[in-house]
Amino acid sequence: MAESKNGDDSVPVVSLRDIKKIYQMGDVEVQALNGVDLDIWPAEMIAIMGPSGSGKSTLMNVIGCLDVPTHGIYEIDGQNVSRMKDDDLAAIRCRKIGFVFQNFNLLARTTALANVELPLVYAGVSGSERRKRAVESLNMVGLGDRLHHKPNELSGGQQQRVAIARALINRPSMILADEPTGNLDTKTSIEIMELFQRLNLERGITVVFVTHNPETADFVERVVRIRDGVIESDQRRPATAGIHHTRHELEVASHALAATPAEAEMIARVTA
Amino acid sequence: MNIFEAIRIAMRALAANKLRSILTMLGIIIGVGAVIALMSIGRGVEKYVTDQFAGLGSNLLFVAPGNLSDGPPRLRQTAVKALTMGDVVAISESGRVPEVRSAAAEYQTFGTVARNGKDLTVQVSATTPNYTEVRNWNTTIGNYFTQADFDERQRVILLGADAYKELFPNGEYPIDQTIQLNDLNFRVIGVMESKGGGPGGNLDKSAFLPLTTGQDRLFKKKTVNGQYELSVIYASVENADHMDAAQQQITELMRERRGIKYLAQDDFSIISQNDIISVFGDILGALTIFLGAIAAISLLVGGIGIMNIMLVSVTERTREIGLRKAVGAKRADVLLQFLIEAVTLAVVGGVIGILLGWGMAFGVSTAFDAFDAVVGVDAVLTSLIFSMAVGLFFGIYPAYRASRLNPIDALRYE
Repeated sequence: MAESKNGDDSVPVVSLRDIKKIYQMGDVEVQALNGVDLDIWPAEMIAIMGPSGSGKSTLMNVIGCLDVPTHGIYEIDGQNVSRMKDDDLAAIRCRKIGFVFQNFNLLARTTALANVELPLVYAGVSGSERRKRAVESLNMVGLGDRLHHKPNELSGGQQQRVAIARALINRPSMILADEPTGNLDTKTSIEIMELFQRLNLERGITVVFVTHNPETADFVERVVRIRDGVIESDQRRPATAGIHHTRHELEVASHALAATPAEAEMIARVTA
Repeated sequence: MNIFEAIRIAMRALAANKLRSILTMLGIIIGVGAVIALMSIGRGVEKYVTDQFAGLGSNLLFVAPGNLSDGPPRLRQTAVKALTMGDVVAISESGRVPEVRSAAAEYQTFGTVARNGKDLTVQVSATTPNYTEVRNWNTTIGNYFTQADFDERQRVILLGADAYKELFPNGEYPIDQTIQLNDLNFRVIGVMESKGGGPGGNLDKSAFLPLTTGQDRLFKKKTVNGQYELSVIYASVENADHMDAAQQQITELMRERRGIKYLAQDDFSIISQNDIISVFGDILGALTIFLGAIAAISLLVGGIGIMNIMLVSVTERTREIGLRKAVGAKRADVLLQFLIEAVTLAVVGGVIGILLGWGMAFGVSTAFDAFDAVVGVDAVLTSLIFSMAVGLFFGIYPAYRASRLNPIDALRYE
């Protein structure tokens, strides 16, 4: 159901109910999240925005299963993860979540292929299968010709594409992108955002952006604003940037023509 | 994640910092190398010494003047009273020492042998005719002198293997050739088989003649009673299991003959091959403890080095650990990864150390061909197991720290 492109599935990818997160800093209790309710549905592309100190990062950590809430229920694909232990959370991250970071976080001195394979190593997938899927994944982000390049031989945009390929490889329920264009120039940023849009459109991948950059919001159709640990607004409107305006045409085209991921990508490139 | 995956990752991480990895291994390399080299050399020496004394015959007792447990001759408290032929006769023929089959006497000194203007300093052994039989030592050419030669004080001589080679460089047949010993003519009647260098000098650079001839013509050292002195008496014991009994019987006989009072110290010594080997065993035992201490200290230092570098490595790679955890690595995966890195450092160091030690042992064996330094399988296995244990012990804490890192903080680490 995570692969579904329709927004009418009965089970949300992310379901947060009255999530609270309280940190103890010395003698002071800091209420980073103060009762957050949020549903993210399959194939949605959503931006969580807020100024620093708003609880945005804490929310991302909770959604990304890097941290557990102090209070409340968090379900991924209907599975309650709000009280899980470290190792179980690691298993959930491995299967359900693909991370993309601002600073790419690629392993240095390691080829693009090996970087992309990394999550599969911990998923216990065999070497040949890993390689096959890593190649597929790199093809999807348009780096099929850079398999054996190391991060220092790639541009910032290319490095971020490798990171996206890595996030895709486990066929996760969602990609969680933390300021993915923060270290990129404007032109490259647009390319990366359009890549996310294509992945969302063609493959129905749920993408959650966590950002304070207002331009990122233009590429998505749902913007959640958070302030002082609570959701201030949750707004849906058509995307105003990137390739979203061609969504309908693209959907039709890719459904009709794309027999393989490479072809789908080619179509997407032409339409972009 | 399986263990091979972990080993592959560890190897790659170590290869990324080659110089640092080598420097970290150095403690282990030196420690293991030194132990392997010294252990195999020690073993070579031990085998050499054991072989030397085993050549003496396991059923042999040496009777020597002076109490050796008093220390070296000049420091002895007991006066050295010489051994005489009377003692030999008493041991072999009085019936007081039934365990002894026969006893041979030897007087040792140094002399110069010469032939065709070529001379050579050798150890001269003047013996009884049963010397070869008691010492289990054969001739390669000719025969040892007979009782008749002994009784008639014949001027006959046998040469040790090396002495023969030097005096007869072209391998001439030596029998009935005349050579000079201390300017006196002797007829060569045989050549002894080679025994190699042994305790108390090279036994092959030697000459043998009847004790009677020697005492009559060459060395006229006598005791106060007018008897000739002996250097050592060899007593061959019938049954090697009864060595202690024979030793006891000879001790009683000698004490009586020498009039030693009850509770007074012996002024002679009876030594068996086992005594000598056990003395060397004690020396080698002390050496082994010493080596063990060196090994322990160097492995400890090496281990601390590994721990230090692993802690640095964990800190340096905090972001990598954070990322690995974010994409699904469990604590055990991270723990295993860093533990295997530490163990790999230690074991690779151990293997290099073994090769180094092997090389040194081989070099020493080649330089001194008297003995072979053998690198034992047990030494190699022990070194490997200890290296691995050091890696595990000193790697566990850094690896544990890595496994406990919180992925959120680790990813944000600059």
